[in-house]
This record gives sequence, structure tokens and C-alpha cells, in this order.
Amino acid sequence: MARPMDEIRWQDLEIGAAVSEHGSSSEYKTGTWRSLRPVVDKDQCIRCGVCWLYCPDVAIKQSEDGYFEADLEYCKGCGICARECPVGCISVVIEEF
Amino acid sequence: MDKFSVFSARLVEKGEYFTSGHRACQGCAEALAVRLVMKALGRNTIVAMATGCMEIVSSPLPTTAWEVPWIHVAFENASAVISGCESGMKAMMRKGKLPPKKINFVAMGGDGATADIGMGQLSGALERGHDMIYVCYDNEAYMNTGIQRSSSTPWGASTTTSPAGKVSKGQYTQKKDMPKIAIAHNIPYVATACPSFPFDLMDKVEKAAAIEGPAYLHILSVCPTGWRIPSEEAIKYGRLAVNTCVFPLYEYEHGEYSLTYRPHPILPVREYIEGQGRFRHLGSEDIDSIQERTRMEYEKLVKLSEED
Amino acid sequence: MAKERKGIEVSLAIAEAVGQADCDLISAYPITPQTHIVEHLSEMVADAHLDAEFVPVESEHSAMSVCCGAAAVGARTFTSTSSQGLALMAEIFFIASAMRLPVVMALANRSLSAPLSIWNDHSDTMMVRDGGWIHVFVENGQEAYDHVFWAFRVAEDPAVRLPVALNIDGFIMTHMIEPVDFEDDELIKRYIPEFRMEKPLHPDNPVSMGCFAMPEIYSEAQMTRERALVDSYATCVKAWEEWAAVTGRQYHPVETYRADDAEYCIVTMGSLGETAMAAVDELREQGEKVGVIKIRLWRPFPFDDLYRAAAGKHTLIVLDRAISFGGPGGPVALELRSALCNSPQAPVVVNYVAGLASRDVTVEDFKAIILGGKAKSAEGDVAGFTFYGLRG
Ligand SMILES: Cc1ncc(C[n+]2csc(CCOP(=O)(O)OP(=O)(O)O)c2C)c(N)n1
Ligand code: SF4
Ligand code: SF4
Ligand code: SF4
Ligand SMILES: [Mg+2]
Repeated sequence: MARPMDEIRWQDLEIGAAVSEHGSSSEYKTGTWRSLRPVVDKDQCIRCGVCWLYCPDVAIKQSEDGYFEADLEYCKGCGICARECPVGCISVVIEEF
Repeated sequence: MDKFSVFSARLVEKGEYFTSGHRACQGCAEALAVRLVMKALGRNTIVAMATGCMEIVSSPLPTTAWEVPWIHVAFENASAVISGCESGMKAMMRKGKLPPKKINFVAMGGDGATADIGMGQLSGALERGHDMIYVCYDNEAYMNTGIQRSSSTPWGASTTTSPAGKVSKGQYTQKKDMPKIAIAHNIPYVATACPSFPFDLMDKVEKAAAIEGPAYLHILSVCPTGWRIPSEEAIKYGRLAVNTCVFPLYEYEHGEYSLTYRPHPILPVREYIEGQGRFRHLGSEDIDSIQERTRMEYEKLVKLSEED
Repeated sequence: MAKERKGIEVSLAIAEAVGQADCDLISAYPITPQTHIVEHLSEMVADAHLDAEFVPVESEHSAMSVCCGAAAVGARTFTSTSSQGLALMAEIFFIASAMRLPVVMALANRSLSAPLSIWNDHSDTMMVRDGGWIHVFVENGQEAYDHVFWAFRVAEDPAVRLPVALNIDGFIMTHMIEPVDFEDDELIKRYIPEFRMEKPLHPDNPVSMGCFAMPEIYSEAQMTRERALVDSYATCVKAWEEWAAVTGRQYHPVETYRADDAEYCIVTMGSLGETAMAAVDELREQGEKVGVIKIRLWRPFPFDDLYRAAAGKHTLIVLDRAISFGGPGGPVALELRSALCNSPQAPVVVNYVAGLASRDVTVEDFKAIILGGKAKSAEGDVAGFTFYGLRG
């Protein structure tokens, strides 16, 4: 787990300020940026994965039952998935945290 | 490869090598392009990246969005840095200092990094024939520093250093044709792509990776922030760029051109131009002149691909 | 190669040393007076005398960038440049040390434009003084040869991992044919073991290098550089001791000549040391209590060695071969003044700038500088610097 930036002492940095904890950006939850939230209507969803493929934030996950849903920890609410869903089964609602 | 089943999107590589938590703007199709390129390349890849949006959004200390080895040195030198990685490893493997392994050596940069400040270094790397891929993410301006024009900004686009004004229509030069410059180096593979056409894009990346020697990919990457469009329309505008022939999808492989996608019907450029804030100041005649130029350029390309 | 003494151009001796060091990658761009080094290296690669990749880049900026990429994957890496080439690669010079990439560079010192001049002084290296590299200066062909190995030994030491600039006076040294004692390959192999980088770029263990820093963390990153460079001193000295143990040739961060009882010392860096020693010999015969202090290790700056060498001296007369325009004098004098200003009984520092663009500094000139410095010190005329031998 990477420490918060302002708690890091110089001795904690790796040589050359490299970062060997790959993929550690996932500790930063971009979901807090969101003002809109995508909501899937599972009754219409054909489980095609198009929304997943187009999400710039890798914020759509496939669940056990094969449906694709936004991971709200990372979803920034751009609306691309809703726009690109071939059956139009994703609606966008105003986020209330 | 672990793949989803049935639908074509679900056939795509599941692994992610450019992960969540990156700080790109909402709806950034440049981030999507990086994600798709990395999916096609897979784990055995080393990336050297130029300074720019994708570098900044993916690497604020002490974290990284990268799941593959990644290095950023400066703005103009990703192609030289990857040359060093490739040649250094080649020497060490030959000398038995490293076990042999097939690795994709990939340099990435924005249009500014590629067509402007890093042009000499890219030319050097292509000419030397390293086994590498160079990927240009073209969002048609210097976005990281606040939407300044580059030589890849199209005519008529208003940017912070080519603003539209009383006596200005925005960018007064035509977009530099980077893929043709790459082709002039007689390298084995050059292609254009756009994340709005993800399968075409990933096919081209896989091809570039399989080919020995240098390959150049030029990826139109819609930037909602700089183009002043709603974030949900990033994919739509990429599609429009292709379907209006403003940005044709083609390949150049071992000396032969081929269009990998022919729009039917070809949409009027008006549909692409209108709705983008950066072109808002343009009048009907301006759009007509863009239309005319687009038609001519596309015809040239069709001819080239038919000759072959 | 077996142990033997050869008469050889110093540039070629440096290239042969890089070969003996079993370097993996060389990338460089032609510029006088460095060119013979890389020409010879490319010949060695072409003749399979050295198994390495020679990457013939289109600029020095690229040369340093290629070296960074190669060092990042764990390759042993060498480049060489001068003057304008260094100025062009300066951006990446600073980054190489920040990223702790142990590139070794032979810097054939040459004056900076304008006016364009291909001749020797230290204005190029002084430009990158604050670039976070280890800087060493050598005085003759043997020292240049020896220090190629020392540079790799120190740069790649896991406790150091910093790039090293080997400063060699252009032409005055690079183009001279000198006798050089070559060491045998086995000895070299023992002195510089294979470079094993901790966490290189490799798909088996993905690491991100060159991440960006917000203000909250930038200072911490800079502190790691500062400490690495300061702490590298111990390895620099240890590597000289190890070299002395196997070759009998001993080097020190600061070296002196007839300085023990001297009241006035001339301070030099690089190849002029030998001329300074000859001048001191002659002045000694005239009864002057003079000596020479030579600074070999420029970064990390060897404060304690300087204090020891300067202790009890009345005046240090510093010969600078570069100017800090509009500043307090030449860069070496500036360094000494600031290093000594708080030490008890600090000697007076008088500063001469001479030998720009290979303008001759003869034994007679050195005598004039030393005696002139002594007179200035007596008169209290010690501020700023004097341009020695300037017309008008
Ligand atoms: C030598 C140098 N000049 C200027 C900059 C400032 N700079 C950083 S990124 C950038 C623009 C990047 O534009 P582009 O390559 O198109 O990438 P984008 O951010 O649009 O993805 C500029 C001008 C720099 N970092 N280094
Ligand atoms: S794009 Fe629409 S139909 Fe396809 S999986 Fe996503 S929500 Fe379901
Ligand atoms: S709204 Fe945007 S970020 Fe959120 S899941 Fe959909 S495509 Fe991804
Ligand atoms: S400015 Fe544009 S390219 Fe940069 S992160 Fe934002 S949307 Fe992406
Ligand atoms: Mg750009």
C-alpha cells in the first residue's frame, strides 16, 4: 500500500524515485470526481461488453452472472458507456454521495 | 489469453496493463487509446513515454497506473530512450547477461512530442531500424500544458496559441501528415487508428508487435477537454472523424497501402466540425474548404491503396 | 588484453578501457575533441573486439537518452561528448542522475560557444556542475585510462548508482600520445564485477521510472539525490584504494605537491597540474614557499580533504578555466571561498582566470600568476578575479 504523499519521508522513496508497486494508482479512487452515475437496466442488457471496452477508466467490471456494471470506486461519470451501449440500456443519473 | 465469450467485445483480452485510478479527464479517449494499445501488447512489454497528458495522469508519485515496466525521461526523447532499452537488452541477451525473451519495446508520445519536439529523435530511431513500436496519440494540440497548438492541430482549430479572433480563424496551417513522414523512412509497418474502432486498433497493434523492425502507429485520440465537446461524445467524434474521411484508417505494410475501413456512406465533414467548440467560430465557407481538402486527401489515399 | 605499457593516443586508451570494461552499449555523436574516443569504439565493435551495441544517434540529446534507456534495463553504458554536445544533452544530464542511472561519460572538456571554439577549457563542465553527477578530473593518459574503470566501479556500486563524468582536457590530453600501462582483463574483471542492477526495467518485475512529483514530494526526491551524491564520497575513495592495491597507482580526492610547508599554493584542476608543478619547482629554487593543490574529485566536493590541504596556508591562488559571468569569479574560486569562509584561519583566496580555449599557460605564466597572487594578497586586492594575459 503506497503511503499518502505528504507522509512520505525522503528515506521512504525508492532509488531514483522509482515505483515498484505496479498498478498502485488504483489506490486513488477517481469515483469521487463523479457528478453523474451510469445505471444499467439488466432486463435489457445483452451482456455484449461494449460498455466495458470503451470505458477509459477501466471502471466497468463483469459480475459472476455475466452482467457488466460500473465500478463506482473509479467511474468518473463520463457517460461514454451510456452513449455507446448498443441497446441503450444504461441511463445516467445525478450522483448524490 | 483470458477472454470473454460470445460477443466480439467480449473476445478482447481481459488483462489491463494501464489501470484504474489514473487522473485523465472524464471521457478521455487518449486514455482509452492507451488502455487498448496495452491490451493488445500484453505483459511482455516495456514502455518509454514522453512527457504529456498520459505521462502525468498515470504517474503521480508514489503511485503508477502501469502494470508493465514503464519509463519516462523527458518530452522529446521517448524514441531514443526505447532505442536504448532495446539495444541494451539486445546486447545483454547476446552476451548471456540476460536470459532471452521476446519483449515489445514501445515508445509513446502525444502529437507535440511526436510531430514537433521529438521529430528528430523519432526519425533517428526509425532510421536506425530498432525493433520497436512508436505510438503517437494525436489529440491535435499540447493538451497537458493547456491546449496550445501543435503542427498536428488541424486548420481552423482554435487553441490557446492559435486563438480565433477578429483577424484569425484559429490554426492557420494544415495538419502535418505524420504517418507519411514515418512512411518516408521505409519502415516495415505504419498505420493509423482510432479507439472508436477498437478492434481495428488492436489488430494493428498486434501486427506492429509481430513485425520485426520499427513500426509507427498514429492514433487519433479525442480530447473532450481540448476539443470542447461533452465527455460522453469522445467515441462519437472519433467515429465521425473516420466516417467523414477527416481521419482515414489505413495501413502501410512492406511498401503497400491499404484502407482498413471504407466509410459507407462518407458523411459530410460538417457533422464532424459542428458541435466541437474548437471549430465554433468557423463559417460555412470555411467548412466547405475543409470538406474540399478532406475529399482530395482521401482520394489520394484511395488511389495509393488501389495502386497496390 | 595482457598487462603491458603502450604508447597510445589518450582517446584510444580511453576507448580500449571501455572495451576492457566489457561495456554493453555505447551511444554518442561526433564532436571535436571527443570524436576519436567514439570512432575507436565503433571500430572495436565493428571488428568484434568489443561485443556491444554501438547506437549512432542523431544528436547528443539522443545519445544521453539512449544511455538512460540502456542503463534502465541494466546495461553497462558509456557515452562521450564535449562543449556544445554537452549543452544540448544538458536536459537529460540532470535527469540521468535524478533517475540514478549509472551512465559513464568521458567529457573531453572544451570551451562553449560563442564565439565558436573547439579548444580546451572548463566552461562546458562547469555548466553542469549542479547536475547531480560525480565529476572527476584527470591529468594525463594513465589517469584517464585508470579512471574509466574507476568510473564504472563507482557508478554501478549499489550504494552509489549515479552517473560519472570523467573530465579530460580536450586536445591537451585527448590528442596526445602518451605511455600508458594497460592492465590485464582478469584484473579489470575483478575490479568491476558485472553490473547487477536492482530493479531494472523488465517484464518479470514491472517498475515505473521517472514518475512525476507534486510539491508535497519533490523536495524529498531531491534529498535522495543530494544524499546519494554526498554519500558516494566513501565509495570514490574506497575504489581508489582498491585500484592502488592491485595496480600500485594511488589517487586522492585532493592531491598536493610540495604543499606541506608552503605558504602560497596554486590550485588547479585537470591537465595544467603538471605545468603548475614545474613552476613551483622553479619558484622553490628561488626560495619561495609555494606548492600545488590539485582537485581531482569535483563532485561530491571533498570538503575535508580541502581543509586538510589548505590548513596553515597564507593564500590560495586559484586558476579557473571558466567564468561565472557577472558573478564573484571563476567557479573553482567561488567554491573554495565558500568552503573556506567559516574555517578558522581561512587562507586568502585570489582568483585568476586563464587558459580559456587552450590559450597557453606556460611555466613562466604560472610563475607570474603565483607571484602576482602573492602580491595581490599582500595588497589586500583579493576580490573578484583577474583575467590573466588579457590584451587591452
Ligand atoms: C523541453 C520541454 N519543453 C516543453 C515542455 C512542456 N510540455 C510538457 S507536455 C507538453 C505538451 C504535450 O503535448 P502532446 O505531446 O501533444 O501531448 P498531450 O499532452 O496533448 O497528450 C509541453 C509543451 C517540456 N516538458 N519539456
Ligand atoms: S453495452 Fe449495454 S448491453 Fe452491452 S453489456 Fe454494457 S450495458 Fe449491457
Ligand atoms: S461513465 Fe465513463 S467512467 Fe463511468 S463506467 Fe461509464 S464509461 Fe466508465
Ligand atoms: S486534457 Fe484531453 S488528453 Fe489530456 S487528460 Fe484531459 S481529456 Fe485526456
Ligand atoms: Mg497532444
